[in-house]
Amino acid sequence: MNGDPLFAHGLDLAVWVILVVKVIAVFAITLVSVLFMVMYERKAVALLGVRYGPNRAGPGGWLQSLADGTKLFFKESFTPARADKFVYKAAPYIALAPALLVMAIVPFGGTITVAGHTTRLQLADPPWGILFFLMCSGVAVYGIMLAGWASGAKYSLLASVRASAQMVSYEAVLGLTIATVVLVTGSVNTSAIVAAQHGGFLWHWNIIHTALIPFALYSVAATAEITRAPFDLVEAEEEISGGFNMEYSSIGFALFYLAEYANLVVQAALITTLWLGGPDGPRIAGNSIGPVWFTLKVLILLYIFVWIRATLPRFRYDQLMELGWKKLIPAALGMLMIVAGFQVGRWYGIGAFGGALVGWALLWRAIDIGRRASSMEVQISADAAVASSDPKAAR
Amino acid sequence: MRALLTASTPASVHLAHASAWAVFAAGAVLILSGAIGVVLLRNPVHSALMLVVTLFGVALEFIDQSADFLAAVQIIVYAGAVVILFLFVIMFLGVDRKERFKREPFRGQKPLAVILGLITLAEILILSRVGNWATGQHSVAGDLYGPGTNIQKLGQSIYTRYLLPFEMTSALLVIAVVATVVLARQQSRAPGELTKDEQTVLPGSDVEVAGR
Repeated sequence: MNGDPLFAHGLDLAVWVILVVKVIAVFAITLVSVLFMVMYERKAVALLGVRYGPNRAGPGGWLQSLADGTKLFFKESFTPARADKFVYKAAPYIALAPALLVMAIVPFGGTITVAGHTTRLQLADPPWGILFFLMCSGVAVYGIMLAGWASGAKYSLLASVRASAQMVSYEAVLGLTIATVVLVTGSVNTSAIVAAQHGGFLWHWNIIHTALIPFALYSVAATAEITRAPFDLVEAEEEISGGFNMEYSSIGFALFYLAEYANLVVQAALITTLWLGGPDGPRIAGNSIGPVWFTLKVLILLYIFVWIRATLPRFRYDQLMELGWKKLIPAALGMLMIVAGFQVGRWYGIGAFGGALVGWALLWRAIDIGRRASSMEVQISADAAVASSDPKAAR
Repeated sequence: MRALLTASTPASVHLAHASAWAVFAAGAVLILSGAIGVVLLRNPVHSALMLVVTLFGVALEFIDQSADFLAAVQIIVYAGAVVILFLFVIMFLGVDRKERFKREPFRGQKPLAVILGLITLAEILILSRVGNWATGQHSVAGDLYGPGTNIQKLGQSIYTRYLLPFEMTSALLVIAVVATVVLARQQSRAPGELTKDEQTVLPGSDVEVAGR
């Protein structure tokens, strides 16, 4: 395992300074990209809805999100009387921290040399790599769950319980599809995952190497994990009058907003890293322009996220759970087996494919039987209710 | 950390020792303050959160011992799923209020807890004297710094040497899942409602249904 060349010659002051600058840079990139993303989304949605979108603040309206953010921070910070004060205050930060942390493991591509020290354009490359992301998304649930509970309101609590159930369910799909990438790469390091996809535009990327389906599953699950449309049941105004952040105002609300969009940007960066080759792309005039390719891919992905939001209506809650548990998880599990089989050899792969088909058929049959049995039970209890309310009809 | 340990200069070795101690101390403080919080806080949700603090402390110690995978799994599984389920149960059952015990729910609980705690402490102290597993070394089972990462080594031993226990554990988990589904699908009957069997036993007879 090759570490960052920055640490090859021990730690001196310059290395420390470079490290601190890198930390601040990654932090700033995430925050600025959030400001950008809010506007990008509003502009793109306006474009798709044949409107102008915000066009007053700054050139072309691009400073609107800055204005909105400033306004939010100067509003009154209100705490409900029934709130659990400490947890209520802490929840937005718990939601934001994991979103900002994940950006640390994303490789932006290539190296940079500053004052004789060469360092990678990646803040941290821990040996547990992509597991760090799974860890952070596991912790991110707390922010939303505690926000809903600590608000001391029924709607907030309902929304947060529903949200955390959604996030915990879809994390399984994320884990299983990431496992296929790890199998193909043979490492959990994000830098190794990117390095393995290097060379050859598109052809060496994991999206092709894992036969497209895990990528599709991952993208759907990631959309649900960050509670984006069409899985944004966390904030369903029609049903739960707002969502888990209903009682939040001012800074608390702003932090949740920030966390939501930071998660979106981070997720786009991770999809790029895991499936789309990260900074891989053709050289321009002999120069490797990894970060440019990376940014381009992330922008395209973000546009697709916005496009989906502008196009698809929201799922119903039971549809969401059914999609997650009965369709995505079995599909991801089967694909993991098939990819593992093809890693060993062609005939193992075909065997795993057959096995997966049999498994899926059995599962489909089991779900069908279960559905019929429960509908029959409903019928029986309905009959019994009719019979007991009308004794003559029973005779 | 690893880069620091392999560096040859004595200064960096000292630094590595110091940072290892600092990490251990931070982890220990997290673990103990979390554990004390779980016991002392009156609100079940707060207790669950302190449990998460303890889990993070344990993960930190795992990282300090170069058990990266274990640390990640600790957070993903325990903090990310198990304590979330605790919180679900606490919130759904509506016990998320402060508990104020006028008297102990179980008689003799406190002295029993003190005795058991002392016995455990004595055991740990004796074992640290007798056994050689608490020497402060980073690993006693094998070289951690050889070829291959922590995860590769773990994977190799799980799928070769410990394959049978691993498979048996997974079978056990599947059995647990199936049993849970079976238990959860048994629908509770409304009082006075008849099953199909009962309806066939009493054909056409007058069955007075209570409570309707």
